[in-house]
Amino acid sequence: MSKPDKFYGKFEVLEHTADAYIRAHGCTMQEAFENAALAMFETMTDTNKVAQTHEETLEVEAEDQYALLYNWLETLLIKFETEGMLFSRFTVSNWRESPEGFKFEAKIFGEKFDPKKHTQKVGVKAVTYHLMMVIIENDRVILEFILDI
Amino acid sequence: MGGNENRASNEKVPIQKINDYMWQIPKYKPEMLVPGMIFASQKLLEKMKTDRTLWQCSNVAQLPGIYKHAVILPDGHEGYGFPIGGVAATDYEKGVISPGGVGYDINCGVRLLSTTITEKEIRPKLSLLAESIFRNVPSGLGSRRKDLTISNRNLEDLAVDGVQWLIDRGLGWSGDAEHCEEGGCMSNANPDKVSKTAKSRGLTQIGTLGSGNHFLEIQKVDKIFNEKTAKTFGIEQEGQVTVMIHCGSRGYGHQVCSDYLRVMEHAVEKYNIKLPDRELACAPGNSQEAKDYIEAMACAVNYAFCNRQAIMHWVRQSFQQVYGQDPEKLGLKLVYDVAHNIAKAETHTIDEENKKVWVHRKGATRAFPPGHMDVPDDYRSEGQPVLIPGSMGTSSWVLVGTQKAMDLTFGSTAHGAGRMMSRSAAKRQYWGGDIKASLEKRGITVRAASASVLAEEADSAYKNVDMVAETSDNVGIATKVARLVPLAVVKG
Repeated sequence: MSKPDKFYGKFEVLEHTADAYIRAHGCTMQEAFENAALAMFETMTDTNKVAQTHEETLEVEAEDQYALLYNWLETLLIKFETEGMLFSRFTVSNWRESPEGFKFEAKIFGEKFDPKKHTQKVGVKAVTYHLMMVIIENDRVILEFILDI
Repeated sequence: MGGNENRASNEKVPIQKINDYMWQIPKYKPEMLVPGMIFASQKLLEKMKTDRTLWQCSNVAQLPGIYKHAVILPDGHEGYGFPIGGVAATDYEKGVISPGGVGYDINCGVRLLSTTITEKEIRPKLSLLAESIFRNVPSGLGSRRKDLTISNRNLEDLAVDGVQWLIDRGLGWSGDAEHCEEGGCMSNANPDKVSKTAKSRGLTQIGTLGSGNHFLEIQKVDKIFNEKTAKTFGIEQEGQVTVMIHCGSRGYGHQVCSDYLRVMEHAVEKYNIKLPDRELACAPGNSQEAKDYIEAMACAVNYAFCNRQAIMHWVRQSFQQVYGQDPEKLGLKLVYDVAHNIAKAETHTIDEENKKVWVHRKGATRAFPPGHMDVPDDYRSEGQPVLIPGSMGTSSWVLVGTQKAMDLTFGSTAHGAGRMMSRSAAKRQYWGGDIKASLEKRGITVRAASASVLAEEADSAYKNVDMVAETSDNVGIATKVARLVPLAVVKG
């Protein structure tokens, strides 16, 4: 079933000449990170067609929130490239902040990429720091980033 | 890292006209060590003013050890830290090396094959041939070829030996390596400097086209502008069929860039380098960090040469299958393979003195002149072939390097058309199926893994590549040899 609110509610695609410029939303940092990951996979494929038959747990850490977002997306991109896995659901939990940095756990759900089943959109070369923004407002979090296409 | 400073880029960048194709960004702020120099027509310059290209050029002009001027080429547009379509040369010892000045897709580049076939002869077989190439050359999201499996050890050897490693294993002909920039192998490659992650991304992707703006085209020579040089390059007549391959180092190179951007972030603090934009992260040329990056980058450069070599081999096989003839009988000679994203130690004359410098070419093509020792023997009388791919469905260009490029742009010229319209705007405006139909109406066969990529890559989303080639010719930093137009397009 299609979810019409998806592109406006969870994330949106901003104008950029060459690459994919994404703005992910969330009520919490955790939720915004989940939506950022979904946006990256939506750039590559139609995530509605990605079944959640495989589940695994990851731990991500970094010295600051920007590097944390970068590491999170890059870890998932590497999973796709080295294991051929697509993911369509993400739950971020156990968010920890300390003077040394940030850390969280994530459960990720998806299945192996099958070109016969899954829509092929554009491949993502890399996550970048270009124009990256982590914006925390009263009751919501906005993450902006560019994926190099 | 990252952050708000990127937004503070709306400052007006002053420009002084030098002539119709040269514009200077004067040293308008004290941090600029050299001026910026833009090689563009008025029209191309106006386009550059609409994004952060000129501001990014003024930032590059602040890199420690930069010589002469920060260069913007006719196809310049906004990139990450460094503009794309730019060149910066820094002192070999005291200057800095920056992974951002090379980009994520290390040795993204172009390879051109000539054939002895004419358009008339290929027409009846075109569809079959495109299909055969589409099947033989993995393209699109997650594509991999199942019968070229390489071990970790193979990957290390290939990164050190370059295209010769594949040729020795039957994926190529003996003359192929000489017709690549660097002879298809950068000598200082050290796989120990490449992360495990980069290697694991590289293992599955060797010999794949990828997606986005990468493509493979069967083309014909549309017009020859310089008969003597064209002939030397194996371009004999209008209507002759050529094949162009445009791709890079895939996940292997992307990860090398990503890994070393982090290393350089720390180096910037360690060596107390002041930068206007964090994406210019760099380290002094004589530091361990820079040395490590160069050795890792060389691996990725060689990986990309091999990637294009493997793809070329399968193109030759496809011709063999369809024609039922030895590919050597059909020509299928490698004209040249040239890098668009690379950093190299080169010697250039600066203030009448020969200096060893690090030339960063990001979205720029080396354009060495006649007589240069780095130009292959059989082309040396003419100069180095410069290959400029167009966007899907438009023309591509063969140019030749000049002395003027040595004088003005550290031996470099433009590398492509450069996008003009965002991917999302292109998708709103076009539909993949319509793009395919309109190309086919013009007699261009299309095989694509993704309909949305077709829409995103619509030729109207790009600047006019003819204007870019024309400008290069007018400035004289690489002059026109031949224009190629597509007969069939294979896209990821």
